[in-house]
Amino acid sequence: MTGDQPLLKLEGLTKAYPGVIANDHVSFEVQPGEVHALLGENGAGKSTLVKMIYGLVRPDAGQMHLNGERFEPHEPRAARALGVAMVFQHFSLFEALNVAENIALGMENPPAQRDLAARITEVSETYGLPLDPARLVGDLSAGERQRVEIIRCLLQDPKLLIMDEPTSVLTPQEVEILFETLRKLSAEGTAILYISHKLEEIRSLCEGATILRLGKVVATCNPREKSARELAELMVGQTLHQPERSRAELGEVMLEVNGLTLPPATPFGTTLHDINLSVRSGEVLGIGGVAGNGQDELLAALSGEVTGTGQAIRMKGQPVGDLGPNERRALGLLAAPEERLGHAAAPDMSLTENALLTGWVREGLSNRGFLNWPKTRQFAERIIAEFDVRTPGPQNAARALSGGNLQKFVIGREILQRPDVLVINQPTWGVDASAAAAIRQALLDLAASGAAVICISQDLDELMEISDNFAALNAGRLTPARPASGLTVDEIGLMMGGAHDMEVAHVDV
Amino acid sequence: MIRLEKRPAPSRLWTATTPLLAVLLTMIAGGLMFAMLGKPPFEAIRTIFWDPLFGEFAYYFRPQLLVKAGPLILIAIGLSLGFRAGIWNIGAEGQYIIGALVGGGLGLAVYPSDSIFLFPLMVIAGALGGFLWAMIPALLRTAFRTNEILVSLLLVYVAENLMASMALGLLRNPDGAGFPGSRNFQDYPAAFNEELIAGAGVHWGVVAAIIAVIFAYILLQRHMLGFQIKLTGQSPRAAVFGGVSPNRLIIFCLGVSGTLAGLAGLFEVTGPAGQITTDFNQGYGFTAIIVAFLGRLHPVGILLAGLLMALTYIGGDAAQLNLGLPSAAIQAFQGMLLFFLLGVDVLSNFRIRIGKGEVA
Amino acid sequence: MDLSAINWLLLLASLMVASTPILLAAIGELVVEKAGVLNLGVEGMMITGAISGFAIAVETQSPLLGFVAAAIGGAVLALLFGFLTQVLLSNQVATGLALTLFGLGLSSLLGQSYIGIKPPLTGMIDIPFLADLPILGTIFFRHDLMVYISLLIVVAVWFLLKYTRIGLILRAVGENHDAAHALGYKVVRIRLMAIAFGGACAGLGGAYLSLIRVPQWTEGMTAGAGWIALAIVVFASWKPGRVILGAYLFGGVTVLQLNLQAAGLAIPVEYLSMSPYLITILVLVIMSADRSRTALNAPACLGRSFHASS
Repeated sequence: MTGDQPLLKLEGLTKAYPGVIANDHVSFEVQPGEVHALLGENGAGKSTLVKMIYGLVRPDAGQMHLNGERFEPHEPRAARALGVAMVFQHFSLFEALNVAENIALGMENPPAQRDLAARITEVSETYGLPLDPARLVGDLSAGERQRVEIIRCLLQDPKLLIMDEPTSVLTPQEVEILFETLRKLSAEGTAILYISHKLEEIRSLCEGATILRLGKVVATCNPREKSARELAELMVGQTLHQPERSRAELGEVMLEVNGLTLPPATPFGTTLHDINLSVRSGEVLGIGGVAGNGQDELLAALSGEVTGTGQAIRMKGQPVGDLGPNERRALGLLAAPEERLGHAAAPDMSLTENALLTGWVREGLSNRGFLNWPKTRQFAERIIAEFDVRTPGPQNAARALSGGNLQKFVIGREILQRPDVLVINQPTWGVDASAAAAIRQALLDLAASGAAVICISQDLDELMEISDNFAALNAGRLTPARPASGLTVDEIGLMMGGAHDMEVAHVDV
Repeated sequence: MIRLEKRPAPSRLWTATTPLLAVLLTMIAGGLMFAMLGKPPFEAIRTIFWDPLFGEFAYYFRPQLLVKAGPLILIAIGLSLGFRAGIWNIGAEGQYIIGALVGGGLGLAVYPSDSIFLFPLMVIAGALGGFLWAMIPALLRTAFRTNEILVSLLLVYVAENLMASMALGLLRNPDGAGFPGSRNFQDYPAAFNEELIAGAGVHWGVVAAIIAVIFAYILLQRHMLGFQIKLTGQSPRAAVFGGVSPNRLIIFCLGVSGTLAGLAGLFEVTGPAGQITTDFNQGYGFTAIIVAFLGRLHPVGILLAGLLMALTYIGGDAAQLNLGLPSAAIQAFQGMLLFFLLGVDVLSNFRIRIGKGEVA
Repeated sequence: MDLSAINWLLLLASLMVASTPILLAAIGELVVEKAGVLNLGVEGMMITGAISGFAIAVETQSPLLGFVAAAIGGAVLALLFGFLTQVLLSNQVATGLALTLFGLGLSSLLGQSYIGIKPPLTGMIDIPFLADLPILGTIFFRHDLMVYISLLIVVAVWFLLKYTRIGLILRAVGENHDAAHALGYKVVRIRLMAIAFGGACAGLGGAYLSLIRVPQWTEGMTAGAGWIALAIVVFASWKPGRVILGAYLFGGVTVLQLNLQAAGLAIPVEYLSMSPYLITILVLVIMSADRSRTALNAPACLGRSFHASS
């Protein structure tokens, strides 16, 4: 290997899907040992690009070189054989299998289970990533699952490690530990291609950055020489509108939860322990926490999808724990779950039908069970118009919409029903920046109009921007709420459970 | 390389035309099958699909078409509601038998009677029998999450044994000289499901089938419950979020399909079949599954599919008579039709692309 | 009735014979389901195996060739299901039903000219020494080869799933097909192989019925055995060892009720004949009532279509 030869060189990579060019002549280089950021909004083409490098997708045009040699992996196995490893954003793990089995599946020639377990322990200690090889992955936290992925990669001695949005499942403390690990790897000569849209992270970790917008490279730079604002504008292509809030006086308590304890409905779900919260008219209560700490379960308990919680949940003083979703809607308690396709909306149904899904009670869309389709269609059209949903019309199927547009539709559907309380999980997950800004503004406006809003999110920046009070979910327990203004990152991290069981771990850099 | 690309929305054109394409493909494949059996393929196809409708003896076959299509449509309408919601009642054959046994049994129990209320009461009893038989898988599913596919199917064998036991024991014709089988309903006017218009093939079962089609159409197009059924089938989680109670839906769908299958059994045993024997069931409960899918689980589609499937039965009988085509060939033919239908279905949800593909 | 008319020794011995068809079909389906595919066409594949095995055995006078043909017949039919569900992405429940309906029709069509014929005899294998053991010898060690092969298949499947890389990959595909795909495993190819194996096993089970257990060809002779095999996979919580238990339990009930019929028990024959189905339902209920266990063992992707969309 010559000293100044790039490890990975992309030239004119192009990949088109029907109706969209995911990558348009993308070229850049990654040097050995470099931590290189791939920066871009949702939908900018980052995922498609790394899938081409990892052999999951074949480019329509363009070339890749690895160590100066032509690199055309036709499957992930070929990429792995040449020293390219990848940690996925949505983990490629198997819940019912144990850690060692999961790791063996990602290796070409895994050693016998006993030797593998020993190596896992060894590597995990070297890099400060404690992990028990015999545990079922389904029982691990999100951070621990990420460690499984990372160790799976490290056991292959990769030359290039691709990480897709790795910090979205970590507490701030865990992020620091991950960065230590990555810096150590980089110092040992492993190049890292780091995909993110979080600017501060990239500025602290990466030496080079390639910025993608709408499938094209718009800039290559050293992120440490740019301000976060400059990077954001390169990434988004416009100046972002900051949400405004008119701070109103908080009114009476709208929703109260006292001592809510709930066993999980699914085998690897989270038990909710003794949840207490209250939210007042005009208030936005932000609930932070790493994925898999009870967010879905809390939303289901509040929305009425899970009942039988009796007196634990009270809406304006009235117990609602035994009421179903529609009875709660009638009382003004509305919800929007995280998963848009298949939970908040039915993918194959039209927007009109999806408007009916939650709107029929409060909007009077049926008469003794008989449906008023014209009125339902008008309701769908109102959502589309007022929330700027880009779609040819309400007859379009939900799955044909982009993530941002469908999310605007889902949130618009609930807000237009004038809720007294809106519970929302991950309002801007996988949504482009301008749609995310519009959604946050809509939530603030809703609170300003006198509703109470509970916003569950893993995006701490978002929560700090819109919340009056902040609480964190950790292993099914909710911390007491604290005023959001003035909270430091360290305090938030500790509320979220700190570094979980990693205090004992240390990294020798 | 050929690859599939998911359409942003299902193609309406293909959804409507794939059943026709499947019928066409089945005719071709069926023709090949007949040729391999040493039968003239074109003549066989014509005997099955053309002659009963437009041939010399059409005056005889056309009413028969309604007689066969009636129970198929009635059962398939019930099944289609559950299938749309992802609730798989495949034991309609059993519910059909039990409906016939309970309803027919009531009539035989009060023999001889000439009350005008007898037949309506038997209809209610038949419906109730099918309903209760379907409640077994329904309640086991809601109470214990027991797989309704297996339970409903296994209950068919139980029902068949009950049927045999009844025909040989409790319901055997006391004046029948020891032959198995009940009294013939034809000789029992108060309990007989007679033709409403002489020679037209229209009996109460056909009327019930048409009513069921209309009700199902209204339910699915205009009613909240129909919407909830579709929603549950497409996205169970979104349905719960939308306030659907999965357990209530299971009870409803299995209940309706059991009731309709029970009705079909009662109308059949008191009419065209005429008596309870050890094997008066004709497999309508299974063929109705094909009818439901061929009709795209849509009431109007089921109406047409039921007629088509009745045609294959009648045409098959004719082909057996005229060409010596084995009756099993028709059964294989019907199974093939369902296969082709499921296969060409891919066209409505996916585009077929030819060219350089993804790495699979 | 006269219970002494029942030879309990022979009853236990015939239990193994009665259980073998279902054991074969169930262990095949277990592999299919472990790969995340629900094939409800077991009944159709069994009966196709029954007739193709019977026909070839009669034509060649070789039971061995018959069993080979049955395995091939079952596998071919299974691959038809595989093509529809894995390549054309059709609904697995509907396609499985279609497979059963088609198999029943096809088999009676093929079997037209074989009704009433005796198949060539399959030899018994008395395992030297062990067969002479008192009692145990009669029950366990004086059977035809297929009884032992079926047990061997179960052991092999258990070992493969638990201790080999192929087994690990198969389980991974059934657990999370998207993750398996992301790691570069050929989900569709692996599933097709599992489906073909399941079909071959079901075919063998069917041929065992027509060539050894009955032995002759009659239409619809599987009489729900394929459905019971499906139920036994649930009963076994997807564990190979427990498939043996389930199949032998069912075989025991069948043999017992047949013996009771012969002994002239005062219960009508029809009620005895329905007992295996009722007991299967009962067992299903007991197993499914224990939610946590079934949920943990069931492959997470069971019955879901896989399409590599990205």
